[in-house]
Amino acid sequence: MTDATDIAPKTGSLLHTDARTRRRNAAETRFRAYGIAALALGAVFLVILLVTIVARGVPAFTQTFIAIEVPLSEDVLDPDGTRDQATIEKITTLRYGGIVEGALAETLAGQGIETEIDPGALDQILSSGAATQIRDLVVGDVTLIGTTVRFEVLASSRVDGYLKGRVTRESLARDRNLSPQHLELIDKMRDAGLVERRFNLAFITGADASESRPEQAGIGVAMIGSFFMMLVVLILSLPIGVAASIYLEEFAPQNRFTDLIEVNISNLAAVPSIVFGILGLAIFIQMAHLPQSAPLVGGLVLTLMTLPTIIISTRASLKSVPPSIRDAALGVGASKMQSVFHHVLPLAMPGILTGTILGLAQALGETAPLLLIGMVGYVATNYPGGVAEGFLSPNSAMPAQIYEWAKRADPAYYERAWGGIVVLLVFLMTMNLIAILLRRRFERRW
Amino acid sequence: MTESDPMTVKISARDVNVFYGDNHAIKDVSVEIADKTVTAFIGPSGCGKSTFLRCINRMNDTIPVCRVTGDIDIDGEDINDARVDPVQLRAKVGMVFQKPNPFPKSIYDNVAYGPRIHGLSRNKAELDEIVERALRRGAIWDEVKDRLDAPGTGLSGGQQQRLCIARAVATEPEVLLMDEPCSALDPIATAQVEELIDELRQSYAVVIVTHSMQQAGRVSQKTAFFHLGHMVEYDDTPRIFTNPQDPRTESYISGRIG
Repeated sequence: MTDATDIAPKTGSLLHTDARTRRRNAAETRFRAYGIAALALGAVFLVILLVTIVARGVPAFTQTFIAIEVPLSEDVLDPDGTRDQATIEKITTLRYGGIVEGALAETLAGQGIETEIDPGALDQILSSGAATQIRDLVVGDVTLIGTTVRFEVLASSRVDGYLKGRVTRESLARDRNLSPQHLELIDKMRDAGLVERRFNLAFITGADASESRPEQAGIGVAMIGSFFMMLVVLILSLPIGVAASIYLEEFAPQNRFTDLIEVNISNLAAVPSIVFGILGLAIFIQMAHLPQSAPLVGGLVLTLMTLPTIIISTRASLKSVPPSIRDAALGVGASKMQSVFHHVLPLAMPGILTGTILGLAQALGETAPLLLIGMVGYVATNYPGGVAEGFLSPNSAMPAQIYEWAKRADPAYYERAWGGIVVLLVFLMTMNLIAILLRRRFERRW
Repeated sequence: MTESDPMTVKISARDVNVFYGDNHAIKDVSVEIADKTVTAFIGPSGCGKSTFLRCINRMNDTIPVCRVTGDIDIDGEDINDARVDPVQLRAKVGMVFQKPNPFPKSIYDNVAYGPRIHGLSRNKAELDEIVERALRRGAIWDEVKDRLDAPGTGLSGGQQQRLCIARAVATEPEVLLMDEPCSALDPIATAQVEELIDELRQSYAVVIVTHSMQQAGRVSQKTAFFHLGHMVEYDDTPRIFTNPQDPRTESYISGRIG
C-alpha cells in the first residue's frame, strides 16, 4: 500500500493528459488502425478478385457470328423431291459441309470481297459445328429446301479470339488452323457487316462441346446437372438434418453416447470433401451399383457432406431460442413435442433456413467429391430427357464443368472457364441473398 | 381471511427431497397448502423456494440431473405417480415465471394457446369468450381489447406479466404457481400484479415465491420461510412477521441474514 503523500503529486490537472493515459490512448488508436488496415486489405483483394473474374469472364458471354446466304438446293438435299423426312435425314453433315463452303464463297463473291486464300481452306473461319447447325434446321423444317436462307453461323474460336483481342497475326504464324490472310478477310467481312460479335445465350443454356469446338460450348447442361444434385441434397439433408438436430437438442438424454455423436458430427463437418467422394464411390457406385456420373449419386455424396453443416447450424439456432419460451409452453401444459413444434421450431426457422441455404451453396461449389464419382471429365453434350433421366443419366455439374474447361488446351476454353465462374458466382450470390432476405423476413424478437 | 375455516387442503407435501446431481437442494420439506389462499414462500437466494415450487407442477422433470423424492399430493392424488402425465398435471397447475415470457405471437394467440391444445373450446366464438374471460381475470382486458392481434412481446413489462397470468388462468387451472412474478417489474406494475393476485385468490390456490418480505406481507395469508433447503417455519403470515418462532426466521425478517 502506498500512502496518500505518494499519490498526491500524481493527480495533476485534468486538463493535461498524463503519460500513462497517452500511452493507453495511443495503443487504442494503433489497434483501430490495424483493424482498418486489415479491412482495407481484405476489400482490396476482394475488388481485385471480382474485377479479374468479371473482366476475364464477360467475353465468354459474347460470341462472333458470321452471316452467310445458304442456298438449300433441292438437287442436293432432296433429289427425288418427295420431302420425305427419312430421306432427308440420310444426308450427312459432311454433305452440308460442302454446302456451307460453297455458300461462304458465294456470299463473299456477292459482297465483292476478294481473297487469295485457297477456297478449300476458306471455311476455317467458320465453326466446324456450322454444318450441323444448318442440317438440324433443315431436318427440323423440310419446307426450307429449295429456298436460300440467311444463316448466322458461329465463327471459329480463332476468329472469335481475334475479335476479342486474344488472337493476333503474330500468334497465328505457326497455327495450322488459321492464317493471317484469314484475319485480313475477317477485317473486310466486318466492314461489309457480315461478321458480328454479340451476346451468346447459348453459353448459358447450351451443352458442352468437343475439344476442337470451344465456340459451341455452353454451361447449360452442367447447370441442369447441378440443379438435380441440389434437389437431391435439399430433399434429403433438410428433413434428416433438422430431425436429427431437434432430437439431439431437445429430446436426447445427455450421456456418453450422445456426447460421442456430437463430437463425431463436429468432426464430420471438418472432413475433406474428397473423402466423401471416395466414400460415395465405394458405397453408392461399387456396392449399390448406382449409375456413374449421375446427379443422384453426386447429390447423395453432397448430402453426406452438407448434413453436418445443417445439423450444426440448426442446433445452434435451436439453442438460441430462450429457454423461457420452452418453460412458458410447458407451463400451460403443452407436451414436449408441442412446445418444440409450436414455439421453438418457428423461432429457430430463420436460422435453420439460413444454415441450409449456406450448406447448399457450399455443396453447389464443391468439385472434389465429383472427381471420384465421374462427374468431372464427362462431356455433357446431351440434355436430360426428363426428370428421371435428370437424376440418373450421366451429367456434369457447374464447378466440374469449369474445372474441365480450365484443363483443356485451347485458350478459348480458358475464357469459358472464367465465364462459367461468373455464372456460378451469380448462383452463389443469389442463394446467399435469399438466405439474408429470409433471415430478415422471419426474424422475430422475444 | 374472507373464507374462514375449515380450510380445505389443496396441496400436501411430505418429506420432499430434491437433488441436483450431488447437490441436496431441498431437505425433508413437508407442507400443507390450502385452497383459495395465497401462500408465500420467502427466503434468501438459493434457499430452494423456487425449486420446491417447480416440484408442484413437475417442471423439474425438464432438468435432466434433477431428482425428486417424497410425496406431493394434489386433492389427495400423488402427482409423482407413474400414471400421472405431467402434461395433464400442468394444465391443472398453472405457472407464472419470474421473467415475463409471452410467446412471440399475438396477444390473442398467447392466451388461446393453452385452451387450443387442451381442446377447451369447440368453436371460434367459445375460444373468443375464453380469451376475453382470461384477459379480464388477468386485469389486462381493457388495455389490450382493441389490439388483440398485436404481438404480446410489444407490451410493457407489467402488461406482459399480466398477459402471462391471463395465459396461465386460460386453461382453467386449480392451482397457480408464481415464481417471483414481480421481480422484473417496476413498483406501479408490481402493485397492479399484487392486486390481481389478491383477486385470483377467490378462484385458485395461489403459491407465490418472492424475495420481498413486504410483498409476502401484502398478498399472502400463509407464509413459509425457507433457509438452506429446509423449510424453517410455516404459519399464518401475520404471525411469521410479528411473532416468528424460529431464531433464523427472526433474523431474516429483521434483516440480519439474507
